[in-house]
Amino acid sequence: MAIDALGASIKRREDPRFITGAGNYIDDIKLPSMVHMAILRSPYAHANIRSVDVTAARAMPGVIDVIVGADVPYNPLPMVWPAGGSAGLRNNVNSPRILATDSVKWTGEGVAAVVAETPAQAFDALAAIVVDYEPLPAVVDAEKAVAPGAPQLHENAPNNVVFEWSVGDSAGTEAAIEAAEVVVRQRLVNQRLIPNPMETRGDIGWYNPGTEEYTLWMSSQTPHIQRLLVGIFTMGIPEHKLRCIAPDVGGAFGTKIFCYADYALVLLASKRIGGRPVKWIEGRRENYQSTIHGRDHITYLEIAGKRDGEITGLRVKTLANLGGRLSTIGPGIPTTLYARVLSGCYKIPNVYAEVTGVYTNTTFVDAYRGAGRPEATYVIERAMDLFAREIGMDRAEIRRRNFIAPDAFPYDNPSGLGTASGGAKIYIDSGNYEPALDKALAMVGYDDLDARKVEARLRGKYLGLGLSTYLEVCGVAPSKWIGAVGEGWGAAMWESSNIRVHLTGKVVLTMGTSPQGQGHETTYSQVISHELGVPVDDVIVQHSDTQGTPFGYGSYGSRTSSVGSTAAIKAAGKIREKARRYAAHMLEAAPEDIEIDGANYSVRGSPDKVKTLQEIAFALDLAFDAPVGMEPYLDETAYYDPTNCTWPFGTHIAIVEIDEETGHVDLVRYVAVDDVGNKINPMIVDGQLHGGIAQGVGQALWEGAVYDDQGQLLSGSLLDYALPRAAWLPSFELDETVTPSPVNPIGVKGVGEAGAIASTAAVSNAVVDALGPLGVRHLDMPYTPQTVWRAIQTAKGGQA
Amino acid sequence: MAEHVTLVVNGQRREVDVEPRRLLVEVLREDFDLTGTHVACDTSQCGACTVHMDGQSVKSCTVLAVQADGATVTTIEGLAAGGELHPIQAAFWEKHGLQCGFCTPGMIMSAADLLARVPDPSDQQIRHAIHGNLCRCTGYHNIVAAIREAAVTMHTGSASDSGIVG
Repeated sequence: MAIDALGASIKRREDPRFITGAGNYIDDIKLPSMVHMAILRSPYAHANIRSVDVTAARAMPGVIDVIVGADVPYNPLPMVWPAGGSAGLRNNVNSPRILATDSVKWTGEGVAAVVAETPAQAFDALAAIVVDYEPLPAVVDAEKAVAPGAPQLHENAPNNVVFEWSVGDSAGTEAAIEAAEVVVRQRLVNQRLIPNPMETRGDIGWYNPGTEEYTLWMSSQTPHIQRLLVGIFTMGIPEHKLRCIAPDVGGAFGTKIFCYADYALVLLASKRIGGRPVKWIEGRRENYQSTIHGRDHITYLEIAGKRDGEITGLRVKTLANLGGRLSTIGPGIPTTLYARVLSGCYKIPNVYAEVTGVYTNTTFVDAYRGAGRPEATYVIERAMDLFAREIGMDRAEIRRRNFIAPDAFPYDNPSGLGTASGGAKIYIDSGNYEPALDKALAMVGYDDLDARKVEARLRGKYLGLGLSTYLEVCGVAPSKWIGAVGEGWGAAMWESSNIRVHLTGKVVLTMGTSPQGQGHETTYSQVISHELGVPVDDVIVQHSDTQGTPFGYGSYGSRTSSVGSTAAIKAAGKIREKARRYAAHMLEAAPEDIEIDGANYSVRGSPDKVKTLQEIAFALDLAFDAPVGMEPYLDETAYYDPTNCTWPFGTHIAIVEIDEETGHVDLVRYVAVDDVGNKINPMIVDGQLHGGIAQGVGQALWEGAVYDDQGQLLSGSLLDYALPRAAWLPSFELDETVTPSPVNPIGVKGVGEAGAIASTAAVSNAVVDALGPLGVRHLDMPYTPQTVWRAIQTAKGGQA
Repeated sequence: MAEHVTLVVNGQRREVDVEPRRLLVEVLREDFDLTGTHVACDTSQCGACTVHMDGQSVKSCTVLAVQADGATVTTIEGLAAGGELHPIQAAFWEKHGLQCGFCTPGMIMSAADLLARVPDPSDQQIRHAIHGNLCRCTGYHNIVAAIREAAVTMHTGSASDSGIVG
């Protein structure tokens, strides 16, 4: 065998098709007799629907069918993660509709769908549909929505409240705040974001009248879950009658986890028109209204402690804007994935959080890269800076002072990932936070900071440095915890893998996970190459098709490398054991005397008596000489349910320069020291960090979804929503510490979200640090020149 | 009313009857099955549809198919010459300049346009040259590295640099 592929930065096996234009994304698929669907979307954020007249649309050229809400047999889409709590909690649930019937709750809610021979004919016909709306007052801001007199969205949700949820020790935290030498309070806005994978969503539905089976091609992170959610839960299609296939997926960042109306619509439409495949491709502006948004919290924080820097309490009240109806796991994000990890990597004895989920006349909000954890990191990292400033302590020092000590693991955090009602436990199992901090500080030359600030002032710039010492929870599991009633989303969280070693020794690995650009075909091949001793090129990875892959929960939450890989390692172990038994038969030895070295199975003490995995597979696949009781073929399946989550951490540092005349913020350096445990492919890990950092920087500096008071999305296209561009960003400087996760055999933790979780707070802290000498102690994002210029003018006492 | 359009695409003469409102990118994808050219927005902001027309990079969503009558067009499918990856394609692979791959064809075509004009660009020139191409996966870090690498390869002539047609 050549060098061990595990841990090597090998080039990606996916790339040849992508760099030559040979990828196969949803819109690249053409099926015989395929037709096209377009969806009419509400121009009002809040309105009653009096009538929908599709008569003229039906008569338009090329139109085959028009569907309205009344045509949909069962309209609500599933919402599967209500905010819980062991004591039980009321959620005022209003699910999204496949098509609106009596009312619309945000601009962009689907009202009717046209099926036509060409996309252009479908779009043309939308304009011929006449909807009689009764416009209603709208509310888009969570704080305004819960205020007295606000427009009410749903009868079952007084004051637009979805839920009122809390976690932690209320009395203890109250006492800690009362007794504290110093308490710092701040209101923070974590603004709404539009995720923007470069490929929008899309799907093709096909009903086969001959077999009465359905196929759904979908740009999705979760084909197996969607088979349940859109199939039996929504359309009444039995699980074995629906096949879901995700082709190449052009980015997702969480948005393609969920159950969307169009999945059901293309299936319904295909059946209505007798089985011609129906394609729907989302436009970018449409994506901004019909695919989930992220973040959108208003938070009031109180952080309490001593003048020596010891933090004794953290209390947080958050209003989480969840949009007009609840997306698939919307309520779970600002509760479990946010408030339960608010204290980050700090040992804070008293933590209490209250979260109120709120309906507004906006697009639904759900998991976007990091999902709750970037919001939590933003709160705690801003809080640490605010407290340090209040007591005049160095920002690195206060973090050091409060880190959970390396010998304190396993550590139960007081905001209660803790123990689920069923007894399953999640705890922070490992960590060593100071080395990452030290390394990052050394990389940026932290000790010279003051001199550089002085030098920058001579150039008309305010220089600032921001720290973010983040903790992430990922590899989400175990099922007993996440599935416990009131804790998680009531589903399991294991992963699956099947390995077949074919007659020629080639290995086919099928996985339940589904990539969207992470390079799973490469990294899984590396893992299996290591486990079975075969070349990477002899392994092919199949995924994302419910026909032929074992059930899996999909790829999100940075869980594939830890949960998926471990399932594959378990399956490889089963393959090895069967190969060992057959090698023993071939070599006339006892199985316990067979030694395995890579792909070589030899008799202990007789290295010349050896069979390769390929020879074993060949013989066992032919099975001419299989011993009694041994089944032919090397074909093994394994399921893996982790015992805990994984806990990546690290220190990110941003350095910005702000132009005092224009307020323009220039990100001049970005340093990240991450501890994601062991790495399967360091090149891919770095790539994940780069992309995550850019998205987090985007939130701090440029991005924001903006609605006007009537609920019109002002940032409604890529002309108006500032996605980071190449010339705005520096190259990033990365380094690492390595603390292997104890949860899985290869010690990996996951890295898909770390960059996005850490970077927003780092840049925010840098901007506030830069403006600190002017007296600015906090500024809400994004730090556009206008916002920063106003802050400078206000601080200087001028008219902003 | 359809217009007759004749163009050379990736070295091959193509003729098609198109409605005047149809875009070059639609004809490339739908009529010629050249699906490597992607559409990622509706406001000419993303650059995923970048191709070369008569030697210059254009966003094929802002060109009507009838405007391309008589033009020579190169798409991502036509960049590799004789089965050999173009040095920019090779560099994107080598330097992990892509993740989901959706922006990649447009990004590579923009890079090819840059390196045809500026053989040895600075990082800043590279970042400005791809300003009209959005990527949400890579933070551009490895894209810049890949284009820098490709510039060196094309200088030293160790790989084919004849792939840019038209």
